[in-house]
Amino acid sequence: MKQQKIGSWIAIIVGTLYFVVPLIGTFEFSLRMRRGEYSLDAYRVVFADPRFQATFGYSTLMAVLTIIVGVLIVVPTSYWIQLRLPKLRPVVEFITLMPLVIPAIVIVFGYLRLYNTSSIIPMTATARSTDLLLVFSYVALALPYMYRAVDTGMRAIDVRVLTEAAENLGASWPTILFKVILPNVRVAILSGAFLTFATVIGEFTMASLLNRPAFGPYLQLIGANRAYEPSALAVIAFLVTWACMGLINVVGHGKQIKATP
Amino acid sequence: MAFLDLSDVRKNYGQQTVVHKFDLDVQRGEFVSFLGPSGCGKTTTLRMVAGFEVPTAGAIRIDGKDITNLRPNQRNVGMVFQSYALFPNMTVADNVAFGLKIARKPAAEIKSRVEEMLKIIKLPHLGERFPYQLSGGQQQRVALARALAISPKVLLLDEPLSALDAKIRVSLREEIRSLQRSLGITTIYVTHDQEEALSMSDRIVVMNEGRVEQIGTPFEIYNNPKTRFVASFVGTLNILKGKIVDPAAGKIVIDGQEVSAAKRIGHLQAGEACLAALRPEAATLHQTELQEAAKIASSFAKESGPRNRMVGTIEEVSFLGSVVRIRVRFQENAISLDTFNNPNATPPARGSQVTVSFGREDLLVLEGAEG
Repeated sequence: MKQQKIGSWIAIIVGTLYFVVPLIGTFEFSLRMRRGEYSLDAYRVVFADPRFQATFGYSTLMAVLTIIVGVLIVVPTSYWIQLRLPKLRPVVEFITLMPLVIPAIVIVFGYLRLYNTSSIIPMTATARSTDLLLVFSYVALALPYMYRAVDTGMRAIDVRVLTEAAENLGASWPTILFKVILPNVRVAILSGAFLTFATVIGEFTMASLLNRPAFGPYLQLIGANRAYEPSALAVIAFLVTWACMGLINVVGHGKQIKATP
Repeated sequence: MAFLDLSDVRKNYGQQTVVHKFDLDVQRGEFVSFLGPSGCGKTTTLRMVAGFEVPTAGAIRIDGKDITNLRPNQRNVGMVFQSYALFPNMTVADNVAFGLKIARKPAAEIKSRVEEMLKIIKLPHLGERFPYQLSGGQQQRVALARALAISPKVLLLDEPLSALDAKIRVSLREEIRSLQRSLGITTIYVTHDQEEALSMSDRIVVMNEGRVEQIGTPFEIYNNPKTRFVASFVGTLNILKGKIVDPAAGKIVIDGQEVSAAKRIGHLQAGEACLAALRPEAATLHQTELQEAAKIASSFAKESGPRNRMVGTIEEVSFLGSVVRIRVRFQENAISLDTFNNPNATPPARGSQVTVSFGREDLLVLEGAEG
């Protein structure tokens, strides 16, 4: 038993070092911009760069729009699958896994073929319509995470019985969805939202090929031309992702809404 | 005119019929239970009244109005679910108020009605609690209050006590029945627990495999079961294999011993095999030798009219506390009977010869008897 414990601890330590050492190295390198001493100069340069603010703001906006569209599509779909079409669950799950299987570059080339300026839906004709196309592509990219999170939340509550109880008391479908179902999957939706945010913020391929001023292409540009600033940006990107994960945990352990048996 | 009327209601799922020709008239204020094993169609029938299932055929009327094709939120029936179905994101008070808010009642009226309902269910100080903070019994009471708050025309309960432990079940069912009586609300109660059905109902509908076996008062269902299923499902029943001797006189021979049934069995033939049923509480045990049994037989005849008697051997004695359950073996047949524990007398010993007596009216020859 003692040997098992020692073995487990060794595995944890080795695994932690494997992930943490490169991060520590990156962080340490990002502090070396000023010769001879550690400083936050790289971070000052990054934060002072108007392109950083613009691209981070743009990606944040895209992430928020992606979350809204994703919730509007995924929540009713998951609800309907639970309530009326449980046999379709495997089909929907297969569809939501597609973005994980098909490379982003293939998806984007597909979009460009379908929605270029010569097609009947010329979404790449203007910057705003391209932004919309980017949002839709992000929705597809984040679909596995958003759907899984919401579906797990739906399964934790007895959707069918709660719907019947609400209907029996006179509620219509919108009331049931907004007053009974959504509040009880709020945590699941927020988990999906934070995962979506983390995915969108650092995304490069789609934003680059659609030529949009997102954070991912900015990271790549800085990385190709500077030395210390890319390390600082990498650390900032990690911190944003970890903040999202942390918020998922906080939300998950926040106000407890436990399902009745 | 019946207050709740189900006429020729049927339900099919594809080729499978889960409810066959269901006819029932329920009077205003009546408490009717649907009793039967799992899968017999009782919950499906209840759900058709609630509107969650659409009948394949037939009609359902409440107070003269045809509700067969109305949506559940248009029927004004209150339902209590087996799993309580309280809204986890709402407090107890908000749960109870939900239907009233949907109906856009004034805020003052909602507040007053919620307070009234919480008082009725004896949880006046738990309005701000969430469902997960309540015990099972409390949750069920809140579910009941929520269903009653909207002043429904009919109250439907789908095995509301099945998830609770035995003691709480007993106390809650008394509360439910008392509440139902005081409010005078027409109620349909689905259960597989015969004790619940017998103790709470004005009438019971016994169902099996989608069909109605019998409709009657608890007394009728228990004492005059019309079918073998009803006889064996409701209460404990001893089933005895016998042969008809004299159909006109109701005489049957069981394991070589002749007994009589008070009810006519004229539709059966002499020599035909039959099944007879006897409730354990109808049998009396006499720990005597054969000679003594003859004396008892004659004294029975003088005191209380002729009783049947059968001589057998005690096969098993089970001490259950206040009750002693004894199984007496004849030859092929055996019967179980219960006697009250007597601290001043030791229970009879296994292997001892005894006489079992029972009234002629207690012996039932069942319909659909098999050889």
